[in-house]
Amino acid sequence: MALDRKIAYIDLATGEIEVKPIPLDVRRKFLGGRGLDAYLLLNHSKKGCDPLGPDNPLIVSGGILTATCASATARTHVMAKSPLTGLLGSCNMGGFFAPEMAWAGFHHLVIKGKAEKPSYIFIHNGEIEIRDAKDVWGKTTTDTQWAIRDELNDQEVKSLVIGPAGENLVAFANVMTGVKNAGGRTGMGAVMGSKNLKAIACRGTMDIKIAHPVEALEYNKRFIDQITSAKVNKTQGTLGTPFIWGATNSWGGVRTRNFQYNQCEYADDIEPEAIDEICEDTMGPYHMSGCFGCQVHCRAQYRIPSGPLKGKYDEGPEYTSQGAFGSETDTPRAETVLVGNHLVDQYGMDNLETGSLISWAMELYELGILTSKDTDGLDLKFGNDEAVLEMIERICFRKGKVADALANGGIPASKTFGNDSFNYLIQVKGMSNLHSDERATPALALNIATSSRGSDHLRSRPAIDLYHLPEKVLRKIYSSPIPYDGPLSSEHTEYIGKPWQVFWQENCYMGVDCLGICKYHTTFLGATLPNFEDWPKVLYYNTGLEFTPEELWDISERCNMVERLFNLREGLTRDDLEKGDMINHRYFDEPTRRGAPDVVGTTIDREKFSKMIDEFYEHKGLDKKGKPTTKTLKRLGLVNEPSHML
Amino acid sequence: METKDKVLMINPEKCTGCRLCELVCAVKHDGVSNPARSRIRVMKWEMDGVYIPMACQQCQDAPCMGVCPANAISRNDQLNKIEVDYDKCIGCRSCVAVCPFGAMGFNSIERKVFKCDLCDGDPQCVRFCDVQCVEYVDADDVAVLKKKEAAKKLYATSNKIALKEA
Repeated sequence: MALDRKIAYIDLATGEIEVKPIPLDVRRKFLGGRGLDAYLLLNHSKKGCDPLGPDNPLIVSGGILTATCASATARTHVMAKSPLTGLLGSCNMGGFFAPEMAWAGFHHLVIKGKAEKPSYIFIHNGEIEIRDAKDVWGKTTTDTQWAIRDELNDQEVKSLVIGPAGENLVAFANVMTGVKNAGGRTGMGAVMGSKNLKAIACRGTMDIKIAHPVEALEYNKRFIDQITSAKVNKTQGTLGTPFIWGATNSWGGVRTRNFQYNQCEYADDIEPEAIDEICEDTMGPYHMSGCFGCQVHCRAQYRIPSGPLKGKYDEGPEYTSQGAFGSETDTPRAETVLVGNHLVDQYGMDNLETGSLISWAMELYELGILTSKDTDGLDLKFGNDEAVLEMIERICFRKGKVADALANGGIPASKTFGNDSFNYLIQVKGMSNLHSDERATPALALNIATSSRGSDHLRSRPAIDLYHLPEKVLRKIYSSPIPYDGPLSSEHTEYIGKPWQVFWQENCYMGVDCLGICKYHTTFLGATLPNFEDWPKVLYYNTGLEFTPEELWDISERCNMVERLFNLREGLTRDDLEKGDMINHRYFDEPTRRGAPDVVGTTIDREKFSKMIDEFYEHKGLDKKGKPTTKTLKRLGLVNEPSHML
Repeated sequence: METKDKVLMINPEKCTGCRLCELVCAVKHDGVSNPARSRIRVMKWEMDGVYIPMACQQCQDAPCMGVCPANAISRNDQLNKIEVDYDKCIGCRSCVAVCPFGAMGFNSIERKVFKCDLCDGDPQCVRFCDVQCVEYVDADDVAVLKKKEAAKKLYATSNKIALKEA
């Protein structure tokens, strides 16, 4: 039996550690990674628990395929109740941490309690130790990692860490590994900070058994060829995610000046090619790097080309940083984007949330809801590069009234600011939207509205909806492994058939998150990439477990339902703008002002949006209020959950 | 397969640091996933973005071969590689200590030394390296390929134009 991975339960308050195997029947229901994490969270948290209290369990994992001979099994998943949203907290990152944790003997950690003093966990070949972190507390994310290596006298140690933002309980502090790999969303770094947990360090030289090594190796080659042959991945491997910016901005899908425009003008300086030129100038012709076992290598390397931080090394910037520190704040300058990216990486905070909230504050400043008195004299106007960078620092260290309020997240800040400020906050369930503008794309609007961790583009986004693929092609993708003969439309401005696409993608992304592989290796940006039909083989060769594509679909559906059960328990509604499957009124009321002919002048139709929600709920087996019916719970085998199987 | 004069050629600049070579090497040789068992290892300087894969150079005058007190290490001229005869090896690890590249490993689970065997002419690290950082080429070509790379850089420096491959 190849599958002998373990869960460790760690109590930081008492120092108690318990190690358990993962029973096969649990694997068959929840597979691993994010799905199993969701199950653990539902079982190990109490309704209404304080996200920053000791009872909030912090769950860290790799997927079922992590560190096996499958392609790009680099993803680490972290879950807990979110201090940003009060609902599901969940983040996922690449790098080298989860595989190292697997070689060190563990696939899941459930961390409870609060350490008496700053601490870090060291996991080494099956042994778990809680160590003093006084020497690394206060350090940046990278300094922390290298200092831990020095202390343990082992340069191969891989750590998942928080920076100063996590220590300062910034509600959107992230967890980081390596130079730029970030579990960015929902504030998991603040949960670590609340536990006095600075880092989890791993070092492992234990074997991960492969059920059928010869076949696994050959199939991996085939899988990789399929991945690298997709044009989108070739582009990713050359320009990284910034490549998305070019087409999206010229088409009119980029939020600018918070939500005032849907296209950023005078943005030549942050076009993907311009960023790539900086990477090439500062790091040479081969400046792309990759996560564990991945042949897409979408991570660009750069040094800051100018200014006070000239020469500092970092990786990225991702598409998210172009929006967060470029378009939303109307500062489309490469130096600002690259420095902003570097600061949030070092401080350990979510770039997307940080930029989004700064741009919101800028709009409030423009409207007079915030004044220079509130900002201690900082001129928080759109287009002020220095103000953007200054605000990043202020938020991390909670300096001044505005930054301190923003550090608590958008909704709490809107209560501090008052005066209609909430109406300008572009968020879902308390988490800010990506800088993409979804007014011309109903499918994408539905995706951000219904994502389980608040507004998010990586939970159910049918990105291929933008490619105008022939209906025949769409049908081939979206009718497998579960038959679907309802409507589908190649038009991204349409509403029909979109709920099914979002539902399908939600299950597909849950699938990869359970496997522990990257979304660039499935039907996300590339229409020809592997999904349910291809996964049974890679699972069988590596783990020896047999699944049909339909069974994997059921697992994905079940795990998504577990996340929904958690959210419903914590107060999820349908229409409420703070805790519901709902988007800001500006999506319905303010037409887009720029962009291509099929974009300019569009809004989301309120009635049609509501109908999409109805349909989406129907596909998921929910009633009109978004709660699962008894029939659905029975079908998914979730009637008696939480049953504390683990 | 004609492998008489073929060698592993590593061009560190191209390495993306993904370590897939380590994974497939361990799976190919030992049937498990574990970089500690890999014959090729990527050394990293993360704050400089520098990654350098290190593997056995199959030296002509191999120090491991010279130091072995049991005469367990020999050159296989057919495959142009240095190999260990485990029937003779006494596990003293002198070869591990003497190798200037750190290319001789010691497996602490099975208590024996291990090194790159070029996968008997079909190196998996080469097969899986999409960016062709690790290549398996004729020994005679190595110098020519290196010359060409160096010439390209010289040209780019003096003319400010990067040459594309024909």
